[in-house]
Amino acid sequence: MNKYYLNYLDELESEAIYILREVHAQFQNPVILFSGGKDSILVTHLAKKAFYPANIPFALMHVDTGHNFPETIQFRDDLIENLGARLIVGSVQESIDQGRVQEEKGKNATRNALQITTLLDAIESNKVDCAIGGGRRDEEKARAKERFFSHRDDFGQWDPKNQRPELWNLLNGKHFEGEHFRAFPISNWTEMDVWNYIKRENIEIPSLYFAHEREVVLRNGSWIPNSEYLQLEDHEEILTKKIRFRTLGDITITGGIESDADTLEKIALEVSAMRQTERGNRTDDKRSETAMEDRKREGYF
Amino acid sequence: MEINKNQLLRFTTAGSVDDGKSTLIGRLLYDSKSIFEDQLESVSNTSKKKGQEGVDLALFTDGLKDEREQGITIDVAYRYFTTPKRKFIIADTPGHIQYTRNMVTGASTANAAIILIDARNGVIEQTKRHTFIASLLQIPHIIVCINKMDLVDFKEEVYEDIMSQFEEFASKLLIKDVRFIPISALLGDNVVNRSTHMDWYQGAPLLHELENMHISSDINKVDGRFAVQTVIRPQKEGFIDYRGYAGRLASGIYRVGDEVSVLPSGFTSTIKSINAGEEEVQEAFAPMSIAITLTDDIDISRGDMLVKTNNQPETEQEFDVMLCWLNNEPAKPRTKYTLMHTANEQRAMIKKVVYKIDINTYDRITDDDHLAMNDIARVRVRASRRLMIDPYRENRNTGSLILIDESTNETVAAGMIV
Repeated sequence: MNKYYLNYLDELESEAIYILREVHAQFQNPVILFSGGKDSILVTHLAKKAFYPANIPFALMHVDTGHNFPETIQFRDDLIENLGARLIVGSVQESIDQGRVQEEKGKNATRNALQITTLLDAIESNKVDCAIGGGRRDEEKARAKERFFSHRDDFGQWDPKNQRPELWNLLNGKHFEGEHFRAFPISNWTEMDVWNYIKRENIEIPSLYFAHEREVVLRNGSWIPNSEYLQLEDHEEILTKKIRFRTLGDITITGGIESDADTLEKIALEVSAMRQTERGNRTDDKRSETAMEDRKREGYF
Repeated sequence: MEINKNQLLRFTTAGSVDDGKSTLIGRLLYDSKSIFEDQLESVSNTSKKKGQEGVDLALFTDGLKDEREQGITIDVAYRYFTTPKRKFIIADTPGHIQYTRNMVTGASTANAAIILIDARNGVIEQTKRHTFIASLLQIPHIIVCINKMDLVDFKEEVYEDIMSQFEEFASKLLIKDVRFIPISALLGDNVVNRSTHMDWYQGAPLLHELENMHISSDINKVDGRFAVQTVIRPQKEGFIDYRGYAGRLASGIYRVGDEVSVLPSGFTSTIKSINAGEEEVQEAFAPMSIAITLTDDIDISRGDMLVKTNNQPETEQEFDVMLCWLNNEPAKPRTKYTLMHTANEQRAMIKKVVYKIDINTYDRITDDDHLAMNDIARVRVRASRRLMIDPYRENRNTGSLILIDESTNETVAAGMIV
């Protein structure tokens, strides 16, 4: 082998940077959908590289369910200050207060599905024409069909059976007024790739990803963190465990795993030995076989 | 794992459900230990519900609701697996004739194509169609998997016979590298592990081929082509005069100090610096994403191309293209479409249809200029301004284009410059 080839992480990086630059060139008002999770942190890191030495030309948009890990919010605010970027917050609580959505009832109630309305409202009111997400095709079967540039109609809906073909490196972001796009620069990355890259680049991530002691309850096979939003059932018991999170979302639905991995090296090693998919600890995906596809059609991340 | 050296290989699988395509992908994922326990559990449950013994490997590639209900693949699905040697991206495309457009999409970025043949049926129309598309899209490596060898008693004659059938028709096509492997995706013979039933086969199993085939030369490193995606102007302290031309190298190697010409203007200058992210580098090569600064202040914007002064592309306004029509709405004569080529956008029209190709017989049809979904034709395209182009067979990036219907914004055609 000669020296003029890229290793797979460099090639994924180059592809992602190419897509971010296309977004900048083809859209008027793009934002990065920022959840505080590793994938959106990675996308932000790649955007920094894509436009260096300029500041990133995207605002960060956070859809806030109101049920956050405090660590996530702190991390978000520090990052924003560091980047000199603008933050847009879409608040699910506000959507509830304004009667745009109704809070779910029952013990498994979450604000997961409510985010769709808040997200679409925020996109519309801020005149966003492209929302850049950290979605990856390896996460879920509906996401395996996603394009780099994914069209949304003026209701924010995705039509998986009628997507624009995407050939070579040519990305068609043309749209009519009121429609928008979702762009997924890290489509081709797997969970392992993300961790290997975070480790290589030494990217700062929230402490929640590292093993730490926390109060948790066992629910559907995952350790759900204790918080003011948690409704305990009779048989459930709060325990203190050394855990870490593989994905970060709303605090009410994100389950942790028992782990001793407290460094990036140990996490990468642990992930490579994992026998469960990372969304296996997300109760939002367990609701039905097609839970993700159904939400995505309506306009979910 | 030596992650610092591992390369990325993209391949497409063409074939229908009946050829065992889904089973083959399932087998690759399963035997390379890329299936997670929760996925395995869910597939085992479904297999049991359907009354099957063991695990139905094909279910690992199930996708959208409609696809599960109808038992077919509608759209390209991407799958991933990693071995200690390489990371793989599979573009899993449907094989039916009405899905030619998906096959073309999956093939456009692939290093390799796997073509599946059912050992009981030999070469059929679909095989010819898939092979034609693989050659049209210039996929550098083709692997013909002769599947279901277990159903023909693992006989060498069957394999030999299919191989010669294939070579007979494929000799009419431009294919650089083709290899044949007798397999049984269902039983796992010659997929990841070597078969114990076919001692007469001297070659390697499929995964070994995928892990070891030479792909560093798949990208053109000779002709320097760099299309400007966007101009970086930081306008902040320390970088007041910085003007970086950002893009992804389509081909070739660029070094600081190289003389470059800016097209279409024709001005020449010298590369002052190259940035890959925050890092300043002395040289860069395709497919790196970089930002270049020049020693001279020249007006350069998106769509312009920086090329080596001694090696330039053609600049043409009218040229021939092998066009694949991708939309339900047929081509409209004399209509203006938006043409996207590298980072360039122009209006263009199809001036004439030179001939259409029957993708089953490879015959040229000269008395029919109607272009409908899945049709492939050689056409003459005229753009409103000159484009910097290379023949597709020499350069996949500067030789490819798409057409967009201005009334719907949909991508309606994919073209390869002849």
